[in-house]
Formats: sequence, C-alpha cells, structure tokens
Amino acid sequence: MTQVPDQNGRFGKFGGRYVPETLMTALLELEEAYAHYSKDPAFQDEVRYLLHKYSGRPTSLYYAERLSEKLGGAKIYLKREDLNHTGAHKINNTIGQGVLAKRMGKSKIIAETGAGQHGVASATIAALLGLECKVFMGEEDMKRQQLNVFRMQLLGSEVVPVLSGTRTLKDACNETLRYWVSNVDDTYYILGSVTGPHPYPMIVRDFQRIIGDEAREQILKEEGRLPDYVVAAVGGGSNAMGIFYPFVNDDGVKFIGVEAAGRGLDTIEHAATMTKGRHGIFQGSLSYVLQDEYGQVQPAHSISAGLDYPGIGPEHSYLKDTGRADYVPITDAEALDALQLLSRTEGIIPALESAHAIAQTVKLAPTLDKDKVIVVSLSGRGDKDVEAIMGYLGVEKHESH
Amino acid sequence: MNLIDKTFADLKAAGRTALMPFVTMGDPDIKTSIAIIQTLEKSGADMIELGVPYSDPLADGPVIQRASERALSNNQITIVDCIQIAEDARTSGVKIPFILFTYFNPVFQFGLEAFFELIQRKGISGLIIPDLPMEEDEEVRALAEAANIHLIPLVAPTSKERVARISSKAKGFVYCVSSLGVTGVRADFHKGIDEFLNTVREATDLPICIGFGISNHEQVERFGKVCDGVIVGSAIVRTIEDAIPLLQDESNREAGLKKIGDFVAELKG
Repeated sequence: MTQVPDQNGRFGKFGGRYVPETLMTALLELEEAYAHYSKDPAFQDEVRYLLHKYSGRPTSLYYAERLSEKLGGAKIYLKREDLNHTGAHKINNTIGQGVLAKRMGKSKIIAETGAGQHGVASATIAALLGLECKVFMGEEDMKRQQLNVFRMQLLGSEVVPVLSGTRTLKDACNETLRYWVSNVDDTYYILGSVTGPHPYPMIVRDFQRIIGDEAREQILKEEGRLPDYVVAAVGGGSNAMGIFYPFVNDDGVKFIGVEAAGRGLDTIEHAATMTKGRHGIFQGSLSYVLQDEYGQVQPAHSISAGLDYPGIGPEHSYLKDTGRADYVPITDAEALDALQLLSRTEGIIPALESAHAIAQTVKLAPTLDKDKVIVVSLSGRGDKDVEAIMGYLGVEKHESH
Repeated sequence: MNLIDKTFADLKAAGRTALMPFVTMGDPDIKTSIAIIQTLEKSGADMIELGVPYSDPLADGPVIQRASERALSNNQITIVDCIQIAEDARTSGVKIPFILFTYFNPVFQFGLEAFFELIQRKGISGLIIPDLPMEEDEEVRALAEAANIHLIPLVAPTSKERVARISSKAKGFVYCVSSLGVTGVRADFHKGIDEFLNTVREATDLPICIGFGISNHEQVERFGKVCDGVIVGSAIVRTIEDAIPLLQDESNREAGLKKIGDFVAELKG
C-alpha cells in the first residue's frame, strides 16, 4: 500500500484537519516539531530507553496453549500489552508524546480519557517528566472507572469532570479540545488514540507501532512465519493500528478490528462505528462516524468505557474501504464471557476492551486448522474493571436464579 | 450584488458599524426563532447569524452548547429546518442579510452541491463553518463562489502569518476571533487584540468584524471604533434562554420578545 498519510494528513480521502482556526498554528507547530524530533537520534534514544527500562518493553508474545486447545483450532498468541507499566498499551504513546512535549518546551499537558488508561498513562508520564497535567473525563466514566480516577490523582494530576453532552469519552474529547483552544499558548495536548486532526493519527500510530514491530519479530522467531490473522479491539483504534501497521504490506496477514456492539446491533446502544456508521467529519477528521441522517453524532454505548466512542481513527477507515482490514462487532455479553474464559483458562484477566478481541478470537479460532496462527492484541489488563465486572456478573447471576 | 456587501456599503455611507447577533435556530422552537429574527431586526440588528444546532459544537462555550442541546433534544432541529426558518423569516418581511453558522458535518451529510443550491434558493447570503480551516475549504469555497454565497473565514490571534493568506480568499467580511477560547461571555480579551485587528485590517480591503465574548454596550462601542461590525452570540442566546418561560407562554410571548429586543437596543446604546 502507498505511504499514508500524505502531506495534508490524508489517508486516502480520510483524515485532514477539521478544527477551529485558533488551533491550526498549534497543529502546524506540532507537525513540524514531530518531523524534526522523530528523526533526532537523541529523542529516539530517550523514548527507547523509557519504553525499555520504565515500561518494561518488549512485552512478551505469549502462546495461549490452553485457550488454543480449548477452542480446538488455530494457535493463539497474545501480545501482552497488559504487562506494560500502568497496565495497557497507552503508555507507549504517552512516553513518546510526553518526551516530545518536553522537547517543545511545554510545561503543561492535557489529555482526554475514557476508561482512564490513557489518563493514567498521561498522569504517569507527567509525574516522571515533571509536567503539570489535567485529564478530562466524562462524569459517567468517572463512575465506571473510579479506581483509575484515584490513580491519576495519586500521580499528581487533576481530573476534570466533563458534564457536557454524553458525559463519556466523546464529550471528554470535546472538552479537551475546548480547553486547548483556550490555552494553546503553553499547553501540549497528548491525544490518546489514532483519532483527531492531523498530525495526531500519524503520531499516535508511529508511537504505537512498536506493538506490531515486536510482535512481527517475535512470531517469526516462534513460528518461523507470519501469522494468518491479527485481531485487535477498536474504539478510536490505537492498539489495533499499532499492531496492524507493521504487517500492512504482508498480504497474507489478515486484519480483524473488533468493535463494540454493546447491547446489540439491533438496538441503538452500541459503538459499532464501522458496521453502522457512515463517512463524516468528527473531532477533527473525516472518518466513519455514528450519526443520524442530518449529521448529528449519535451517542455510543459499550460496557467498555474505552470502546464507548462514536468515531474511529481515519487510517482504520482507509484500511476498511481499501479492503485491507475487516471490522466486526462483539456485544457486551460476548465480551464478558470471553473475559471469564481467558481468566479461567490462562489466568489472565483482560481489560473489557481487550476482551472484545478475545471474544472474536473465540469465534474465529475453531473455524481454522491447527496449523493456522492468530496474534491477538491483549491491549490491557482488567484490574481497572474488576469492580464494574462484579456488578455486571452479580446482576446476571441474580437474574438467572 | 450579495446582500452582505450592500449592507456594509450602506453602513459605511452612514458612518455606522454593523451589529450582528447570533441566535441558535430552533431554540426554543421554530416559530419562536422566526419571531426572534423579526425582533432582532426591529431592534437594530444589521445582519443575523443563524446558528445550526450541532451535537458536538467544538468552538462553542456552555451557553451555545445548552441552546444546541435544547434545539436538538426538544425539537430535533435539522439543518434543513434552519434554512427553512431563514426563508420563512424573509417571507414575513425581514430584509437584513442572513449568515448561516454551521459545523461542517451537517453540510457534508447533506451533500455539498445540493446544500449550496438550497441555501441560494432560500435567501442565505453568507456561510461560516468554524471547523473548516483554509486547508480544507477548497471545494466548499468554489461552490460558494459559484452560488454567490460569501464563505466568511475566521482568523484568530494565533493565526499570525496565516492572516494574510486567509484574508486574501475571504468574501463578505473577515471574522476576527477576539481571544483564545470558545464562544462565551468574557471580561478580558487577548492582550494583543488591537495589534491583531490592525494586522487583519492591513491584510484586507473587506470589512472586519469581531466576535467571541462580546456581551455589552461598552464592548460593542469599544470594538465598533476599530471594526466594521461586532458579533454578539452567547449574550443574546443567554437572554433568549432566560426568556424561554415567557416565550413559551402565549400570553407572555410579547414580553419575552421585548426582553430580547431591549437587550439588542441596549447593546447598540
């Protein structure tokens, strides 16, 4: 495939910079600074050092033998992003952007968060690099992810409750952008996914591609060949883009992005942007969007706060429309089942986000021969969700009695 | 001749500055929006920005966000309704130019060509799309020019060397954003505001107007001396919000409209 994005931040027709004029100069400065520092060996060394010594990379590519046997088909490998410091892939990006912010001379950072993993990863890097940090989080998500709220506060960050709109990730993004418009002079916005205006989708992908770079090298070592499938959950799509991207020119490797079908595609309570959305402009870029016929963005729903988002990164839309990747829906109930299955067979409690990728793997693996190989991005660990899961499972048990 | 150009020419001849209120369409309902537009004209508005409610108004502060939410959740107002309000207000006798203020996605979903065909037919003279910077506006600008609709660009205190390039493509007037931040009432403006306005003035022969945070007569007067027009948004929308209980009660409707009219008259001084 051709190199994307182009100089206008376009992945095919997707992407671009649909933002208020007030932000344009900041985006252009960011693009210029990133172009400069990403080629600077000293910058690269610092990022590499922190990924290795601070976050514990490389993360392992683990052969999930018992899960593979139980499902009775393809061999399943888990890319263990849950083993990162702070418990998810999000830190790959915040290390990169945190170091970039510091090089750009910014002393204040802001971030949006849904599940709280990007917020925690931002608060962590802010503490490490001595930056002041504000994290915007929907009030609804603050309830769902109380533990992460407190973690951010422990790390010295301010968590700003977002009371507008849906009070979830979508409006946390809006509020972060609004705050940035007002404080663009001295504040760096660490955007957490491959979404938003150019150059963010490119920057976040570049900082997350380490997932796929490592996985590619590891699977070649383990199996002597490339995988048949790479499976990853998509909300905004950063872990998926990170693991897909290094395989993008390997034609035999199929990509499956797993989106949240919430309470089901026949309800309005889902976050299946690719399955049910249309092309539209949302939060700075042209991509698939869940919207009504007049272009009003619709609220999303997922049991997983990290997937509860009506948009998706523009490069995913490009992969979908060029046929390079498939995107499939998984319901709340399927994700919860998969979470319990992985916990019991492998002793790994995945994040609710990652449980969606596991659920799709549960469907896919039995349909494949034993000599096929699936690599799954286990993007985060489930500790943050345990309390919420207790609630969900408690209710279900009660209802079934 | 575009009605915006004619209005500015008339104002210039009279030595006056344009007062341009912004109102969110469909807040509190379609019928009242038409009555509000009539009231604004009677009270001295020279042009009106008709705001299309949007689910994710990134450039807007809490007051306009609330107005959008009311219009969307109570009345499911669409961009088509907003354009129809303009036509109905025109049919009822309103003469001043209408400028549609909308985020890009509703326009994109409608289809660009069909959209311009429609707004031209319905008597809209100008268009402001706050999330369409010059890097992304080529197709829209070409269609707007062909339809004789002025695509009015925003310039911000952060625009710096972009001011000249943005202004060179502008039509109608150049919309100067008073300060960093979203729409909404504020006491302070960007510290380099006068220098910024000078930069814009030097970059264009078009009228320059200022908006974002202008909320009282004192500010209207202060900026009226250095700009050709002053845009008042959140302060008007807030006045409408406060008058909603009156506006929705048939027997108090006139009193509600009078509050809005009085506020506009007070802005003009």
